[in-house]
Amino acid sequence: MNKSINNSIRFVLFVLLQLFILDNIMFLGYINPYIYIIFILLLPISMNSIQIMLFSFLLGLSIDVFHNSGGVHAAACLAVAYFRPFALRNAFGINFDFKTIKFYDEGFKPLLIYVSIMVGIHHLVMFSLEAFSLKYVYRILSYTLYSGIFSILLILIVLYLLKPTKK
Amino acid sequence: MQQIISFILKFKTALVFWGLFAIAIALTINANTHHQNKWVSSTNLLSRSILSVKADVVDYFYLKEENAKLLDENKELREFYLSHQNDSQKNDSLYFENNTGLDSTYQVFNAKVISNSYWKINNFLMVEALEKIDLTTDLGIISPQGIVGIVEDYNAQYARVISVLNPNISINAQLANTKHFGSLVWDGKDPSITNLIDVPRSASVAIGDHVETGGNSLIFPEGIPIGNVISFDLDENRGYYNIQVKLFTDMTNVRNVYIIQMKDKEVIEKLMEGTDE
Repeated sequence: MNKSINNSIRFVLFVLLQLFILDNIMFLGYINPYIYIIFILLLPISMNSIQIMLFSFLLGLSIDVFHNSGGVHAAACLAVAYFRPFALRNAFGINFDFKTIKFYDEGFKPLLIYVSIMVGIHHLVMFSLEAFSLKYVYRILSYTLYSGIFSILLILIVLYLLKPTKK
Repeated sequence: MQQIISFILKFKTALVFWGLFAIAIALTINANTHHQNKWVSSTNLLSRSILSVKADVVDYFYLKEENAKLLDENKELREFYLSHQNDSQKNDSLYFENNTGLDSTYQVFNAKVISNSYWKINNFLMVEALEKIDLTTDLGIISPQGIVGIVEDYNAQYARVISVLNPNISINAQLANTKHFGSLVWDGKDPSITNLIDVPRSASVAIGDHVETGGNSLIFPEGIPIGNVISFDLDENRGYYNIQVKLFTDMTNVRNVYIIQMKDKEVIEKLMEGTDE
């Protein structure tokens, strides 16, 4: 119960953070970090994958509502949710299958891999759908790369800030 | 039946994924093809109210930029005004095709006050030109409300300006109604009031009359507002009015100003030197 309240607060918080602060960065004119997928990253491992997809879809949709972008973010979040088990297995290895991992206990490298895979998928889907045409392949790829690096950095920082204190 | 159900159960994750993905794609296509997307748009009540709060917050970060834009616009309008105010005169007097160069003789530049004094007797301002300008001495400085002062010294983009609140300068000024002119000097007392002296007895003065810059100077164009008359008295011995003028410009609070440069000033000055000899 406590966990779900925690997650709901996170949901609202990341949407607002994205809208109020991150959408205004526009570094060098177009590089913008999208870090609200931290919500998806931090959903409990034991959670049912259908639930995860529903929540992710909702998260993306609420960003879309403010960006007037149709279903761009919703689709990207959905893809992230779908590939989450895949990313987890690649990053954290065999431990994932026993559902025993704790994000922060595994060290920096698995976390970096996990975040990078997820951000890569999210940005690629998002920018592709945003452009909505194969004409802009170069633009899609470069945006994915630059914004992706920016997002990964910020997400890692935020993840370490959110790290629960050990007792 | 059994098989269908087991199939659905087996692929439920993929089915949910593709179902939702199809919705997302449909929404995207919808947003790309119709400009009015009714379902997911920023005009519904919740998002509208949040976005308006966001605009309130974010606007603060762009105040400076916005301000610069408005300054530019004002500058253009002012230049336009200065170049057209002689049009009526042009139309009702002799007009030659080739003497247009003498009209639109003023150029306006944006500038910013970086220091200001108004509590001393001899008051000066420091003004930084916000765009490239060949500064010279004796350029007029005006605020959006009225006159501010005259450039006395300059270095690169910075100019030292004698404020109108300085007894050492007198500015040619006239009554807007009757065009009787006199000199504007400050008596060193109240930073909102200056004196217009040497206005001839024949002028009709009334409290509330507007005072503007006169046409007898190469510094300010004619007709820049200065202030309005709050009291006046007639010096019987000399036959001149002494008029107290309340300045339109609040000299205690000037930020954005304009530098006015007359393009043909050197030519005219040379001509005037010639007549003196």
